[in-house]
Amino acid sequence: MHNEHSDAHFQLRIDNGEHIEPKDYMPEGYRKHLIRQISQHAHSEVIGMQPEGNWITRAPSLRSKQILLAKIQDEGGHGLYLYSAAETLGVSRSELIEQLQSGKAKYSSIFNYPALNWADIGAIGWLVDGAAIVNQVSLQRTSYGPYSRGMVRICKEESFHQRQGYEIMAKMMKGTKEQQDMAQDAMNRWWWPALMMFGPHDTDSPHSSDAVKWKIKRETNDELRQKFIDKTIPQAELIGLKVPDNNIQLDEKTGHYTISEINWDEFYRVISGHGPCNKQRLDHHIKYHEEGAWVREAAEAYKQKHLKKELETA
Amino acid sequence: MTTKEATYTYALRLGDDALILGHRLSELCSRGPILEEDLALTNISLDMIGRAQALLKYAADTENNGNTEDDIAYRRAENHYYNHLLVEQPNGDFAHTIARQLLISVFEYLFYTELEKSRDENLSAIAKKVTKEVKYHMQHAIDWTIRLGDGTNESHKRMQTAINDMWMYSGELFEMDEVDQYLFREGVAVDLIPLKAHWQNRIQTVLTKATLVTPEDGYMQTGSKKGVHSENLGHILSEMQYLQRSYPDAKW
Amino acid sequence: MATDTQLDLWEVFIQSKSGLPYIHAGSIHASDVKMAMQNARDIYTRRGEGTSIWVVPSKHISASNPDDNDMLFDPSNDKVYRHPTFYVMPEGAKNI
Repeated sequence: MHNEHSDAHFQLRIDNGEHIEPKDYMPEGYRKHLIRQISQHAHSEVIGMQPEGNWITRAPSLRSKQILLAKIQDEGGHGLYLYSAAETLGVSRSELIEQLQSGKAKYSSIFNYPALNWADIGAIGWLVDGAAIVNQVSLQRTSYGPYSRGMVRICKEESFHQRQGYEIMAKMMKGTKEQQDMAQDAMNRWWWPALMMFGPHDTDSPHSSDAVKWKIKRETNDELRQKFIDKTIPQAELIGLKVPDNNIQLDEKTGHYTISEINWDEFYRVISGHGPCNKQRLDHHIKYHEEGAWVREAAEAYKQKHLKKELETA
Repeated sequence: MTTKEATYTYALRLGDDALILGHRLSELCSRGPILEEDLALTNISLDMIGRAQALLKYAADTENNGNTEDDIAYRRAENHYYNHLLVEQPNGDFAHTIARQLLISVFEYLFYTELEKSRDENLSAIAKKVTKEVKYHMQHAIDWTIRLGDGTNESHKRMQTAINDMWMYSGELFEMDEVDQYLFREGVAVDLIPLKAHWQNRIQTVLTKATLVTPEDGYMQTGSKKGVHSENLGHILSEMQYLQRSYPDAKW
Repeated sequence: MATDTQLDLWEVFIQSKSGLPYIHAGSIHASDVKMAMQNARDIYTRRGEGTSIWVVPSKHISASNPDDNDMLFDPSNDKVYRHPTFYVMPEGAKNI
């Protein structure tokens, strides 16, 4: 008979394809890995609001402004769902935010790149969300129940994100010469960082093996990246965008594209804090968190004053 | 003045209020005091931009010279915008955002409830949809006004300051010019004069509950019905119109 | 600064259509009932998912302990007589 609080029993449950729920036994490493991964994911959604937010007030039509706002709002919502999933593991959102702001917790490096022209909004939706979706679809089957449920909801909502981005790119490629140049410029700047979003090669990925064993991660970085490459290159070609890589080849046998080596120096440089916008993104988050402090304190104070009344009338 | 001309101007004014306030609120995206409130403000902004789209489309259809709602939203000169001065005021701190929301949404709730009865079917249909939305905006603003007014000393002070700062832009909401009067006689427009007392009552009730003082009516700023704005509008437009103006041949 | 800057945790239940059960949608943070209700609305019904909302402070929800699962749930496994398929009906019986 298995001890229900043993790692062996836990692994058995995982191997049987069971979901783990908040009160179930889990090894400390599993909990820690989840908190790190889920909170990193949540922070990415929230920080990811900034580059796109940079264009809200300059969106060129009422339709595009509504789409962009709704999309950024979704991202905030997704951050919120993910923070909630992390909270079931016994960590508060307050602590998670503190970890983000102190630099202890990371977020996806992609958001340390700037959104410089309107086509960047297209490229972010198409490439960045496109890459994220490949990862997120896979995570719907993750072993931790609250994370899995959050991902199901997120995937359902995200389905329009990539399409709206691709629509912008397609429209601009059909537009004036200037619009086509903007689209290609955005493609050139976002292609490689989007590929980096899947993380280092499996052989260089420090957390991958445990995460796969515990079925937190269901597919490896390289597998997911390849999926993204294979579906994205034909999409680029269809609308006349050039992928900024002269070594792309379709391997007829495997059906997979091969590409040049990713610039991992850049990847590690940006992760370690030296991307174009690392400081700006964190400063923004801290600034508005601090500016909101008096509002949250007021809400708290109001509650304290009226708590008794509320309970009586509830 | 024909009914058509007056209706065009009327739809434009209402549309511009929604357009500019929607724009102001959209500036707050990723800047809310807590994530939930960020999403709440975005929802209000989305309601506003949707409303602007409907009203400016109606203006475009009325004008009927081939312009779309986007042409109207993005291609006019500053002095051809007719939104109230109140809605172009900066977001300021959260108290200012809420004060502006309180004053305008209580007004809009009363206004659109009346506009539902308009003999203009398009305006009446739009009003029916807007009333539901704005009822929620009003509730949201009222709740926050009370929380901030009756929260901490600091929030109380900030909320009072914000109400005081916004107050001089509230008088304009009830001005009737020749367009209003003409369309009121036609059964199309809302008579703003009787709304004022209702508005004052409601605002005073909220402010009292929030332990705040209702400001005395002093000098009231005016001008928007003639296209004369505060300096704020030009900056809003220079951002909003940037792509449309820089690439006039492009379709977005 | 206060120790927790994120207000209280609430659980949100949404009924998608009248007549259907309320289903747990997720959590939100809020300081009072009104805010909780508005936040739940703004976050969990953006796509017409709901016609009715329940919010409850998370601290007021008690969850069963997985360690008690054998005691709580196993005893019902052998009560097969609670299921209609347990009963043998004469051949040809209809509408039962």
